[in-house]
Amino acid sequence: MTQTFSSTGRDTFVGTPRSRIDGPAKVTGLAKYAGEFAAPGLAYGTVVSSSIAKGRIAAIDSSAAEAVPGVLKVITHENRPRTAWRDKNFQDAVAPPGSPFRALYDDLIVYSGQPVALVVAEDFETARYAASLVRISYERQEPVTDLKAVRGDAYDPPMKREGIKPPPAPWGDADQAFGSAPIRVQGGYSMANEHHNPMEPHATTVVVEEDGTYTVYDKIQGVSNSHQYLVNVFGLKPDQVRVLNPYLGGGFGSGLRPQYQAFLAMLAAQELKRSVRVTLTRDQMWSFTYRGEALQTIALGAGPDGRLAALRHDAVQGTSTFEDYQEVIVNWSGVLYRCDNVALTYRVAKLDTATPGDMRAPGAVTGVFAIETAMDELAYATGLDPIELRLRNYAESDATAQGKPFGSKELKSCFTQGAERFGWAKRDPEPRSMRDGRELVGWGVATGIWESMMMQSSAIATLTPDGRLTVGNSTGDIGTGTYTILTQIAADTLGLPMDAVTTKLGDTRLPEAPVAGGSWTAASSGTAVMKACRNVGEQVFKLARAMENSPLANVDVDRAVFADGRISVAGDPGRSVSLVEVLQAARIDKVEAVEQAGPDKDFNQKYEAYTHSAIFAEVKVDEELGQVRVTRVVSAIAAGKVLNPKTARSQILGGVVMGIGSALEEESMLDHRIGRFMNHNLGEYHVPVNADIYDIDVIFVDEEDKANPLGVKGLGEIGIVGAAAAITNAVFHATGKRVRDLPITIDKLL
Amino acid sequence: MRLENQPPVSADTPIGITLTINGQRRELQVTPWTTLLDLLRERLDLTGTKKGCDHGQCGACTVLVNGTRVNSCLTLAVMKDGAEITTVEGLAALGDRAGSNALHPIQEAFIEHDAFQCGYCTPGQLCSSVGLMNEGHAHTRDEIREAMSGNICRCGAYTNIVDAIEDVMQGGAR
Amino acid sequence: MNRFDYVRAGTVAEAVQAFGAGARFIAGGTNLIDLMKYEVEKPGRLIDITRLPLDRIEDQGNGLRIGALATNAKVAYDDRVAERYPLLRNAILAGASAQLRNAASTGGNLLQRTRCYYFYDVATPCNKREPGSGCTAIGGMNRIHAIFGTSEHCIATHPSDMCIALAALEATVQVSGPQGDRSIPFSEFHRLPGDAPEQDTNLAPGEIIVAVDLPESRFPQHYTYLKLRDRLSYAFALVSVAAALEFDGDRVKTARLALGGVAHKPWRNREAEALLEGKPATRQSFQAAADLIVAEAKPQSENGFKIDLARRAIVRGLEQAAAGTPQSLSDKRIQ
Repeated sequence: MTQTFSSTGRDTFVGTPRSRIDGPAKVTGLAKYAGEFAAPGLAYGTVVSSSIAKGRIAAIDSSAAEAVPGVLKVITHENRPRTAWRDKNFQDAVAPPGSPFRALYDDLIVYSGQPVALVVAEDFETARYAASLVRISYERQEPVTDLKAVRGDAYDPPMKREGIKPPPAPWGDADQAFGSAPIRVQGGYSMANEHHNPMEPHATTVVVEEDGTYTVYDKIQGVSNSHQYLVNVFGLKPDQVRVLNPYLGGGFGSGLRPQYQAFLAMLAAQELKRSVRVTLTRDQMWSFTYRGEALQTIALGAGPDGRLAALRHDAVQGTSTFEDYQEVIVNWSGVLYRCDNVALTYRVAKLDTATPGDMRAPGAVTGVFAIETAMDELAYATGLDPIELRLRNYAESDATAQGKPFGSKELKSCFTQGAERFGWAKRDPEPRSMRDGRELVGWGVATGIWESMMMQSSAIATLTPDGRLTVGNSTGDIGTGTYTILTQIAADTLGLPMDAVTTKLGDTRLPEAPVAGGSWTAASSGTAVMKACRNVGEQVFKLARAMENSPLANVDVDRAVFADGRISVAGDPGRSVSLVEVLQAARIDKVEAVEQAGPDKDFNQKYEAYTHSAIFAEVKVDEELGQVRVTRVVSAIAAGKVLNPKTARSQILGGVVMGIGSALEEESMLDHRIGRFMNHNLGEYHVPVNADIYDIDVIFVDEEDKANPLGVKGLGEIGIVGAAAAITNAVFHATGKRVRDLPITIDKLL
Repeated sequence: MRLENQPPVSADTPIGITLTINGQRRELQVTPWTTLLDLLRERLDLTGTKKGCDHGQCGACTVLVNGTRVNSCLTLAVMKDGAEITTVEGLAALGDRAGSNALHPIQEAFIEHDAFQCGYCTPGQLCSSVGLMNEGHAHTRDEIREAMSGNICRCGAYTNIVDAIEDVMQGGAR
Repeated sequence: MNRFDYVRAGTVAEAVQAFGAGARFIAGGTNLIDLMKYEVEKPGRLIDITRLPLDRIEDQGNGLRIGALATNAKVAYDDRVAERYPLLRNAILAGASAQLRNAASTGGNLLQRTRCYYFYDVATPCNKREPGSGCTAIGGMNRIHAIFGTSEHCIATHPSDMCIALAALEATVQVSGPQGDRSIPFSEFHRLPGDAPEQDTNLAPGEIIVAVDLPESRFPQHYTYLKLRDRLSYAFALVSVAAALEFDGDRVKTARLALGGVAHKPWRNREAEALLEGKPATRQSFQAAADLIVAEAKPQSENGFKIDLARRAIVRGLEQAAAGTPQSLSDKRIQ
């Protein structure tokens, strides 16, 4: 527990494996999620969903529902209380350009499953029953949900989504270079529509306090976003609403934007002047956001030596009729590989669905699947080992950013260490050459990449005379381990044991931080917490120096060492004082600081920042019956400093598991005749179960990065990126069949 | 009260039942359409048991009924009149150090092996693990994986969950 | 979930007596409560039969009688079942999850309703749910649907694994009802959809399943339950095969084959079974039987692959049965 105050180099807790500090709460059932907070007189809301995808509501008859004893109110577009009407008030902090969905706004139906009524009752069962009695007749129009059918109508979104880089202008002449390349690979690639399906369904509990203010427990990946949304939509003063969400039962992007259940719960609470909870059903988890399928084409031209002469990557993705959702699908190809002739395009097409949204490594999962599958095809076309091909085309700078160098890029180490651990050298490259009994064995590899980002974030640190430190901000721990790493950082910064530190998150009374997403939370909130703790340390140091007969008299702050709950003098450990003594001597009840942290502009001007991975997969395929098992995965990650190897490893495991789902199982099936996802439940939308998951080995390669003082680059997304391609490539190696449309279900291998 | 040979209980009459929940005997009045899951979560404030799908497709609601793991979402409370229910809140007391406030070995093992992330499926995973060990049919890793496949973890902690169960089965994490 | 009366029956007679229009018997509830939450089932009365003394498993002549209330887990882990009817054990354990098997009853398993997406989703027409409203699965999302015995009114499949084994074992269903007791051969228990897809079985209104009888054990060694699905556990079958062989020397004396996931009932083809009998167990003869079976198949817009998959699964299932290497429940490598 030693920390030289002026340096971040000596860590006691940071960098060591630590069990989650929220573990005891989660294993005893005491951790409360948004739909679990109680309130006196709590009423329950059940949402009625549209059964058609496009048209209008001709009539709603809620009389039978209202007649059920215990029903308090049936709210529809016809009787909804007035709220803000301008759509810009509904625009949340991460909304894409367009006109956000407004529940119960009017009679128009713009997607299947859209909420059309809220039934509020004294208890859950009554609300659920009464909701089944609401009769709605519709004027139905033909929906358009087939992306292939509207591919020709795709357009370059006129308004760009904030934080999403549009494809760079082309360089060289990709088409001409492709035409004259000696070796060419060309193909179309697609992934299915996927739904996030966190285990906790979306829920909001609005508690009406005695003073008329609202305490809102909302399932959200960052409470500040819900707060802003509710304040704007309902025309409230910021201090009239407090939003909390101490625990989130999985987000994966589904909780980035405030969803309609938050709006409806607040609407009902205001109208009824009592506390209301609205929890969505599992089926309704198919009624707001999803990872939209993309139709992609890739053309790679290369010389016999495998060096890329042409790279073309085009993608068309669906969006809703009312917002232009955008993500980065094609740019990764230009970042990963050095090539003189590159063309990257991304367009969107309107569909009668909800607006797609960010889902774990949005865009990268989709685009990297395509380019990394195509690169495997090129490896076979050139006769090169897939790793060798990637190394021959290894980008040392970011061509999509005018050739800026990378702040750090240890991808080569990922390949080396991953290949070693996996035993790649023993691979016979010939498809169908490896067997284990009846099963064909395939080994595949792919690269993963994700942007390393930091967002403006603030944090508070408070030291009290009992020697306890409390830190926190409004971001959420979405299962990533944020509580734990912030505790580690805070404890190290002030030389305290971890159990002397309390970390609070997910409360708008805490300093503002962005939503937890994009793998930016460790860098952003971690740095803010570290700075706030340093500020506290400096204040305490000053107080210590001012003490009567201070052992630190005339010592400069950069010689102060914070360790074991004491401040001592570097090189003279006999001179020391405990933090508790300092605060008691000063007769103050706390030392507190709020600090801001944000991206390092100088660094960002000079460098581009990405995390990378090399992911290796082994599959065993029963050729006759088409059954695929992913029996072994090695994921080697370069993501800067690892704050907590235990929780970090879990992040990667989770990404790989979801990647296996993408590759083999996950597909939300749209019946285009009615514009409706039909397998809207966990029995028929298959996510991996325990039996699907065999050995997963995670390697963190050393990587030094200076984008932020912690040296972290983020881990939430990188684990999933490339997983589907590694599996696709392994399936090809096993069977000789190249599947370019995910998921690889049994029928595609027969 | 025995309901046998009684006329049907009409739809708006709550029914008196007795459940022993985490060792505590409770006399309750329930409507017949109340599931055990909703009774626990909404009436008794035992929110440790989770509702993930409400249709027996995720396992988050797993509890022990007379020591056997079942999906409480597909269980009508009235049908379990007289049963002993153990939820995640009562697991610690099942450990062999009753009254010591210590965790059940499986709870400790889940923490030690980082067998969860968001924590929402965890109570179901834990009750299911205890049920699995009570059943005594699963011994190998393959058998544990198969026998735990009724509990979905979207965070993907499966390998760590199996490690934790194996550890406890071998007498660890105590 | 709608409002309903609740009756707890103490005897079979009481249960039958409490029955009336719109009533449903409930035991494990794992499918009925699921369907009630979706408003697919809206019984006016639930008759709780869990207190009836029907959960015993007992020897019955040379066979075994399984009480209708014996849970799927109880049956699967019964020593007599494991020794004499391992095909049944394996089929049960290939289905659902441990939690569901702990609750689901034998009788309820027979009455499981289809997993057709459109049947489950009250926003879409479905002849099985609302007779005469139309079948949305035809021409729709029918990758999981039937290839045998479909009608223009319904292409749904029967979802049980256990019933596929019971069909192959030629079990008998014992029922009790307003007209007294009767036995129904397993092959006559479930129906094809025809023009009345709302009827899954030939049970008369008010009839209650009291037991399932297994005839004398004949396939304790040469059997398998091979299930192919979209993930390695906890998923319904795309195609499953229950295969059981009895040998006379190196020749097949008796062959039983039942397929799951492909029809509105466990699918058997006696001609194909006869084709196997009296001959050595060779891949060639297995292929001939498989070809004969799938010759009757009729694909929908998205499930043509099931024909090929069924053919291959039959051959592999027969190979497993002949070799005495039944598909492992936990080792997912297909033998």
